[in-house]
Amino acid sequence: MIENQAIEAAGYEIMKKAAIDIPEDYLQGIKGMIDVESGDLSTFVLQSMVENWEAASEDRRPMCADTGLPRYYVKLGDKARFGGGFTGIERALRSATARATQDVPLRPNRVHPLWRTEHNNNVGINAPEIEWSFEPEADWIDVTTVHKGGLFGSDYRMLFPGDGIDGIKRFLLDTLIAFGKRGLACQPAIVGIGIGGSKDTCMVLGKQAACLRVVGDRNPDPKIAALEQELKELGNNIGMGAMGFVGSSMVVDCHIEVGYTHTGGMPVSVHTFCLSSRRATARLMADGSVTYRTDPLWFTPYMRRETVEWPSQDTSLNRSA
Amino acid sequence: MAKPGHKLKQVRLTLPARPEDIAALEIGSVVFLSGLVYTAREGVYNRVLVEGQALPEGLIEASNVNFHCSPAAAPQPDGGYVIGGVTATASFRFSKYLGDWLDLTGTKIVIGKGGMPRDDYKKVLASRAAVYLTTVGYGTGALLGRGVKAVRAVHWLDELGIAQALWLFEVENFGPFIVDSDLQGNSLFAQQGDIVNQGIAKLYEGLKPPALHRYGETDDREDEVM
Repeated sequence: MIENQAIEAAGYEIMKKAAIDIPEDYLQGIKGMIDVESGDLSTFVLQSMVENWEAASEDRRPMCADTGLPRYYVKLGDKARFGGGFTGIERALRSATARATQDVPLRPNRVHPLWRTEHNNNVGINAPEIEWSFEPEADWIDVTTVHKGGLFGSDYRMLFPGDGIDGIKRFLLDTLIAFGKRGLACQPAIVGIGIGGSKDTCMVLGKQAACLRVVGDRNPDPKIAALEQELKELGNNIGMGAMGFVGSSMVVDCHIEVGYTHTGGMPVSVHTFCLSSRRATARLMADGSVTYRTDPLWFTPYMRRETVEWPSQDTSLNRSA
Repeated sequence: MAKPGHKLKQVRLTLPARPEDIAALEIGSVVFLSGLVYTAREGVYNRVLVEGQALPEGLIEASNVNFHCSPAAAPQPDGGYVIGGVTATASFRFSKYLGDWLDLTGTKIVIGKGGMPRDDYKKVLASRAAVYLTTVGYGTGALLGRGVKAVRAVHWLDELGIAQALWLFEVENFGPFIVDSDLQGNSLFAQQGDIVNQGIAKLYEGLKPPALHRYGETDDREDEVM
């Protein structure tokens, strides 16, 4: 049985880890970019960021003062047993958010969109977002937090089948150039691209591709994996590096997620996860133990529903044909 | 690290910055500051420039460096503050206040994120013997947080909240910052942006035109986007 108190404790712990410790995959990705960066200014910026991450971990202080919009992704094993119910998990994570905001400290960024009022704790109407997913056979609960900056670097566009890969490239260039100038996107970033689905699904897929997959991970479809590499190179050949200075450091990695979409359309979204790619995951086991990691392992085969078939739950309907 | 250090010139300034120190700053140099720095953004600018409230006493004498910043500060039971990370907020949004603010306060160094609109460097900053420094990254929040040694004063905390209040920080080796503009009105961001722009048209060569155009490519709302 996984107790609600343990879920709150794990939620609080990953809030700290996400704000303070740069994920190793992202750090190695940036170090690799420093090796090939030829722009002096862009190189200096990346070297300073590496120093900054070391300082953050040593001092146990947030790597960036804009600690983004804290939120959660929860994956429940089919066989997980937990004491507080689904709404109990949500209450635990709201409390973890409020406490961590005071203790880390995180910047209380969350305000009412119209009245700009706040509770000074990153909790409010529809905040923090908690997204749910499921895993067959498992008896654990994974809780991931992401603190993504909110203002610059993401966009959505309805393209059409005739636009093809060229249309995706054009949209990606538009977005990276528009938000890359002066470094508003806080590049080099992990770029997530959502293709297909409904409009809202398209945004969600792109966001999750940016925030929940690690540097070096590839889409299981070899052709999509090749497109990820191609678009990464396209971004790094713009001629722009960190802070919009001359350079080649724009895209640490590119991740694409797809969903079946309307036959007449090809919606696309682009998301950039910033220079403080804040993510941390806790796995709560059935025996009460907790392990921490930086790879959310969000996109399992079940998550993409690619291998899930559609036999009827009424087995008598499956006999014919 | 694979590369042994960078090639940029480094400068350490003691604050308040003297006119000759500011005149000697070259764009693209790296700067670290020691002394007193104050934060002010739209909340403070509105209060003073729009509502006409007086500046906090002694501010002008204490500091001539305005940081566009909202610190991650947590009040403590003893009345003090823990300053965690410190990073800048995008400065271009404060352009409309800047000239009046520099005139009123005698501020000579503006620090922020992303620089100012291109015209401001000569017209607003250089004409008042002031320069712009940009934070690096963005943001080196932990390094800058380390550089803040103490909170000397905080003004309008109740009225404006933590993010918008005017904080007076004692800083030591506070940085890194990069010199964006000089007293001639040159801007590093502008120069670098011009170089990047030269290669942009080539990136789109060979890509077919989009099936559907968008408002924004044209400002004429009578056009059809098909």
